[in-house]
Amino acid sequence: MTLMKKFLGAAAGIALAAGAAAAEPALIFDLGGKFDKSFNEAAFNGAERWAEETGGKYLEIVLQSEAQREQALRRFAEAGANPVITMGFAMATPVEQVAPDYPETKFVNIDGFIPEIPANVQMISFQEHQGSYLVGMLAAMASESGTVGFVGGMDIPLIRHFGCGYAQGVKAVNPDATVIANMTGTTPAAWNDPVKGSELTKAQIAQGADVVYAAAGGTGVGVLQTAADEDILSIGVDSNQNHLHSGKVLTSMLKRVDVAVYEALKSGEDLETGGAVVLGLAEEGVGYSVDEHNEALISAEMKEAVEAARTAIINGELEVASYYATDSCPALDF
Amino acid sequence: MDFLTLLQISDSSVRLAIPLLLACLAGLYSERAGIFDIGLEGKMLAAAFAAGAFAAVTGNVWVGLLAGIGASLILSAIHGVASITFRGNQLISGVAINMLAAGMTVLIAQRWFQQGGRTPSLTGDGRLNPITLPFADMFESIPLFGPTYKELISGHSVLVYLALALVPLTWWVLYRTRFGLRLRAVGENPASVDTAGVSVVRLRFTAVMICGVLCGVAGAYLATGLQAGFIKDMTAGRGFIALAALIFAKWRPWYALWACLLFGFLQAVAVRFQSIEIAGVVIPVQLMEALPFILTVIILAGFVGRAIPPRAGGEPYIKER
Repeated sequence: MTLMKKFLGAAAGIALAAGAAAAEPALIFDLGGKFDKSFNEAAFNGAERWAEETGGKYLEIVLQSEAQREQALRRFAEAGANPVITMGFAMATPVEQVAPDYPETKFVNIDGFIPEIPANVQMISFQEHQGSYLVGMLAAMASESGTVGFVGGMDIPLIRHFGCGYAQGVKAVNPDATVIANMTGTTPAAWNDPVKGSELTKAQIAQGADVVYAAAGGTGVGVLQTAADEDILSIGVDSNQNHLHSGKVLTSMLKRVDVAVYEALKSGEDLETGGAVVLGLAEEGVGYSVDEHNEALISAEMKEAVEAARTAIINGELEVASYYATDSCPALDF
Repeated sequence: MDFLTLLQISDSSVRLAIPLLLACLAGLYSERAGIFDIGLEGKMLAAAFAAGAFAAVTGNVWVGLLAGIGASLILSAIHGVASITFRGNQLISGVAINMLAAGMTVLIAQRWFQQGGRTPSLTGDGRLNPITLPFADMFESIPLFGPTYKELISGHSVLVYLALALVPLTWWVLYRTRFGLRLRAVGENPASVDTAGVSVVRLRFTAVMICGVLCGVAGAYLATGLQAGFIKDMTAGRGFIALAALIFAKWRPWYALWACLLFGFLQAVAVRFQSIEIAGVVIPVQLMEALPFILTVIILAGFVGRAIPPRAGGEPYIKER
């Protein structure tokens, strides 16, 4: 294990040394891996778009263990990478600890929360509950049984935040609707367990669900597959997953991590730090996807209702309760 | 809980138990011959990848199954060479196999398919489809038996029936054949087997290879039966739960079946109910998920019977000169 770490460290060191001269930005992907078809992949796509448009290069590492978090941050910072963009809530604490040691380097964290943000850190968060609210409305309108499902990945407040917004959207359309919510597990393995995702979906179908929303990383692949096999509808998350099972995925709750990463890379060393940026419906940081794969599933009335809600949320006429505010959800018990 | 719910949970238990059972029997052969195998997880993962990849490329699930068994056999051979031929530490070799499989599967998948460490989704003949047993529809009208037959007994893929058939077969091989006697002896006292003029090395290699075949079937079932393709780390610790089941079963085939079904049932209940209320006490889902491990620790601590591993387990055999 130690030997492995040395190798990894050496590899990271070499990679960093190669890029040190030009102060290239760096990206730290979370344990889910940069090809999770979801959160991390969205970040990767954003970075690739930036690289393509500007011809710039960026450093990257995909974390393999918890122990690498701080190590990767320090190595990137020492090698002169700027800004260092970190993915995932679990990077927030390492960033908080490391950032004061490297005042010249700017750090960005997506999805995390730090009570007192250091001057060289920018925290980006998304109002996932707003996007989830909209797909919840679509789910309730598409459901014939009046029962819809939610499959979360690892049981963390962020995922409850998704589920809470979703349940509120469902209840807004149909107050009598039942929302069945399951979490895959309590360890990071819950992000990559499609077999359990399938079983959860089957169990929810057995209880009457005919639309299932997966906010579960790689586990969601199993959820979407089973939903398609059993001929019910599913809802994807983070990236646009409509194409995975054309005509069977009702919509995807978009979380424009790609846009956030792209913007951060574009600002480069001029990035504004020392505060939090919250991206919601108004900033188009979250939303729902409509493309050629799901056009037929979303009727004009459905679209009209969702667009009305979207406008109302942006205007502030409609407020979607956040799980974070009270650590509980008005529409759903976990 | 009504009858239909019970049926659905039982059905789900079977699906969740079968990969465990195959891996558990795989470990049983290996450990009964004195070779500890921590690498069940890695072998299943490699098999799941190979099965998913070859089934996707050829569109034939049986080619995928063979490829899965092949991939698992390669890792088994590595384990055999390291721990039998070179008398290395069996635990370290197993851990190395797990790490190797976790890294290589994603690396090769990404190079091969460029889908981010996944294999393309399988369709049609690339998947292992459930088979309906005869008379499933005819019996349906019979109360209790009919739905049980249709929902629970029928409608699984062929590997499920194979896995279940392997339990009596393993019992017969281990306890009723000469090979089985020697296999058990080599795990208890290899010196006596050697004295009798039987090759310890060959016996142990055979056991490790049988283990490879079974892990291969388990991995292929995950990727082509339960899912439609491979994704990174999709075994999600099932190899380790199988090891726990093996200890729980005290290294015996029939006990292995009951242990895996019990663990599968606990998982299925955890999947179906977020929290269960029994006599006014709410049992959280996390406890249900941890229960297999808690039970194993209880068994290991000797509270309920005693689990005695094969005596020569974990020790490389050195022939006296």
